Amino acid sequence: MSGMPLVHAVQVRKSYGSNEVLKGIDMDVAAGEVVCLLGPSGSGKTTFLRCINQLEDIQAGRIWVDGDLMGYRDQGSPGASKLHRLKDKEIAAQRREIGMVFQRFNLFPHMTARENIMEAPIKVQGRRKAEVRTEADALLEKVGLGDKASAYPNQLSGGQQQRVAIARALAMQPKLMLFDEPTSALDPELVGEVLEVMRDLAGQGMTMIVVTHEMAFARDVADRVVFMDGGVVVEQGKPSEVINHPQHARTRDFLKRLRSEHERVAEAAADLV
Amino acid sequence: MTTGSGAAIPPSTVEGGSAPLSDTGPIKAVPVRHPGRWVALVIIAIFFAMVISSFVTNERWDWPFAFQVMNYSPVLEGLLKGTILATIGSMIIGVGLGVVIGVMRLSDNPVLKFVGFLYTWFFRGIPRLVLVVLFGTGIGYLYPKFDIGPFPFSQQLAGWLGMSSDLTLFTFNVNQISSTLIWGIIAMGLSEAAYMAEIARAGIMSVDNGQREAASALGMKPSLSMRRVILPQAMRVIIPPTGNETIAMLKDTSLLMALPLSTELFFQAQAIGNRTLKIMPTLMAACMWYLVITSVLMVGQYFLERHFGRGYGNTSVQTKTDTTKTRLMGLTIGGGK
Ligand SMILES: Nc1ncnc2c1ncn2[C@@H]1O[C@H](COP(=O)(O)OP(=O)(O)O)[C@@H](O)[C@H]1O
Ligand SMILES: [Mg+2]
Repeated sequence: MSGMPLVHAVQVRKSYGSNEVLKGIDMDVAAGEVVCLLGPSGSGKTTFLRCINQLEDIQAGRIWVDGDLMGYRDQGSPGASKLHRLKDKEIAAQRREIGMVFQRFNLFPHMTARENIMEAPIKVQGRRKAEVRTEADALLEKVGLGDKASAYPNQLSGGQQQRVAIARALAMQPKLMLFDEPTSALDPELVGEVLEVMRDLAGQGMTMIVVTHEMAFARDVADRVVFMDGGVVVEQGKPSEVINHPQHARTRDFLKRLRSEHERVAEAAADLV
Repeated sequence: MTTGSGAAIPPSTVEGGSAPLSDTGPIKAVPVRHPGRWVALVIIAIFFAMVISSFVTNERWDWPFAFQVMNYSPVLEGLLKGTILATIGSMIIGVGLGVVIGVMRLSDNPVLKFVGFLYTWFFRGIPRLVLVVLFGTGIGYLYPKFDIGPFPFSQQLAGWLGMSSDLTLFTFNVNQISSTLIWGIIAMGLSEAAYMAEIARAGIMSVDNGQREAASALGMKPSLSMRRVILPQAMRVIIPPTGNETIAMLKDTSLLMALPLSTELFFQAQAIGNRTLKIMPTLMAACMWYLVITSVLMVGQYFLERHFGRGYGNTSVQTKTDTTKTRLMGLTIGGGK
């Protein structure tokens, strides 16, 4: 399957009951590309990320990651596909290639930072403990938490927890990283340290799909910005184009609202000084 | 701090630095008085004194005899087998099977779900005493010979195939061995599993769904995620009621005398009481043993709770104390900074 982008999603549809949340999403992400997903709350951004690594089933469309059709085996002929659902075990194997970072961190609270990172490489990939441990410590160093290896999540700040969560996902050596509003649950002063780690990661060529409201990050780091609303992709393009010269009214409205919100926060902060 | 003029100002104010009029030194406040507590203490102390005095003056308590009974070898044997061993055995069955059934009840598979429900419905609905009698006498009557073959129906199969029952691995006569105790343990364990299933189910449901998703996203299979991520966290919720169940089980082993089983603490104590006509001291001997074992169990529960509570409290002692081995490793590979 050469020539196919790392992520190739075609006409993805997802409903919860009668509520159709994704209404035919097409999206290609090339290897090494950083894509930022923007859009108002409820537009289906989280749902789309969750469909990519099959935390949700889709009702129509196809998603390929690195040439593998996610969730199914196609035993039909070209044009007449005959899908067989994969077993839990096979789906788990597909997910190993994809790292995911959640809004609420979701670290394992009964494990230290280091144990959180070591768990999957040892138990899922079956790698040797000593080797994984060295790697875990290197990853902690990389996200600036070399001294927190033995700390439990509840002894870490939100920003530190999110950095451990990123290290945990990276320990599986994924081909693709999904970020679902990784800084939305953080106090404002902790946002920077997490974005810094993500910036480094992008610089090292990681393929990333990032749902975020951090416009500065999208503008500086993303290769492409995709604006979603109401379960469809409204527009996409270079960050400078979409953010500075949006073509659609819905994009303009969203960005204006985001900006005024931003200014209100800035003013409130200025008033405090 | 001012010097020279120190004599003019009280020493405590000098400590206060820039605000000489307000004392900000260490707090030595008069605590709030609690006269009610003292009244309660006195009342309770008087009550206790009365009880103790009755213990000592009323000869019928006969404490020396009670302590003697505690050390009688039939009593000790009963304590060991019918009480402690039965508690441990039935709780192992109860917790193990209970967790399995709890997981089944939460499964996506409707068959497993229903079987789990059916189990809980049956074993929770029948009184433990009835189950004990049912297993003790009923099973022995229905199946006097108890075969454990390599697979179910192996004996019948061997018969049809014209083989001797060589397929049977063990054959033992239920009515011969003190397998009465084993049946008792099985009966109590099966009954316990029904309650443990509900406790395990509540524990599993208490774990945030984000944990399961994080495990899935890391490529863990559902079974691995259950074992490594969900259950260890559920334990925090499961253990306190399990401690309760263990202590209840300890006391319920006295039901085993209905098996009938004679190697059991309460039966032995009563038997001695009936023989010697010293009813109260022998009962006290049994009570004291129950209290001793309960205390030991409570200590065990404390340590279990502490183990599974790691990563939850907000005390600073929580940082994982590295074992010597990992500390040495840290030194050599430089990871322990
Ligand atoms: N588990 C669910 N069950 C039912 N509806 C859901 C569920 N998850 C999300 N939705 C609905 O799907 C829509 C899109 O949600 P989401 O993908 O979380 O949006 P976003 O991340 O862009 O804010 C919302 O209307 C939400 O109510
Ligand atoms: Mg969302």
